Amino acid sequence: MKDGLKIELGRRYRFSASHRLHSSKLSEEENRRVYGKCNNPYGHGHNYVVEVSVSGTVDPATGMIANLADLDGFVEREVTEPFDHKSLNEDVPAFRENVPTTENICKEIYQRLKHFPMAKLERVRVEETGNNTFEYAGEEL
Amino acid sequence: MVYLTRKLEFSASHLYHNPALSAEENKRIFGKCNNPHGHGHNYTLEVTVAGEPDPVTGMVLDLKELKEILEREITQRMDHRFLNYEVAELKGQIPTCENIARVIWNLLEPKISKGRLHKVRLYETPDLYADCFRNGVHGA
Repeated sequence: MKDGLKIELGRRYRFSASHRLHSSKLSEEENRRVYGKCNNPYGHGHNYVVEVSVSGTVDPATGMIANLADLDGFVEREVTEPFDHKSLNEDVPAFRENVPTTENICKEIYQRLKHFPMAKLERVRVEETGNNTFEYAGEEL
Repeated sequence: MVYLTRKLEFSASHLYHNPALSAEENKRIFGKCNNPHGHGHNYTLEVTVAGEPDPVTGMVLDLKELKEILEREITQRMDHRFLNYEVAELKGQIPTCENIARVIWNLLEPKISKGRLHKVRLYETPDLYADCFRNGVHGA
């Protein structure tokens, strides 16, 4: 519809995972100082919420930007399945070297979802707890 | 620029069905939303108005006025209604979150007397929403 209006669809997903914040570039003392209790060698976990925003043309036949079943399936395959009930450090290759802070989790999820074929990925918001939220919309051009 | 947001809830029923498609296609595309008897949601609407606070009143737009506009344009029109059959603006459209958000934008924009309508966010459930705003205007 050429009315100058833009529509975005937002959808929330959840996964629970453990992580440990520890950088191989820092000494043991520095790691403890920088990451505090998140540096506990045994790790700890969170219930993460991932909010995915996509945009596109609303198909007049369906009234939809993208079929939710397609979006849900894509997010399930790319994010929920590989992240849920996992140790992010051990089980997700991207976090072998990269510290799994929520900033980095946000960017990793964005990279995994940006190829969604049915709509344009606008941004990814990740809540680590109800009080910590991170958002990534790709790099500014 | 200050962004003012007011929230309201309404409850309504709807169903997704496109008469141009076969029964099988409707079922495949819309799944359980295609149930011919309909189903319902508690919708939450967030309306954001952008503007500069008036130096005399300190307000972007009188909240009381915004509340009345929302009551008249949205609640009376959509609350406890079957969206497919009772909301004229949705006739001929599938009442998805995307389409309802656009209809709400078009109902509200001409009524906002001070500031300008910045964003309409309509939650169908806490995990699903649509945002509507003017192309090229984003933020907040």
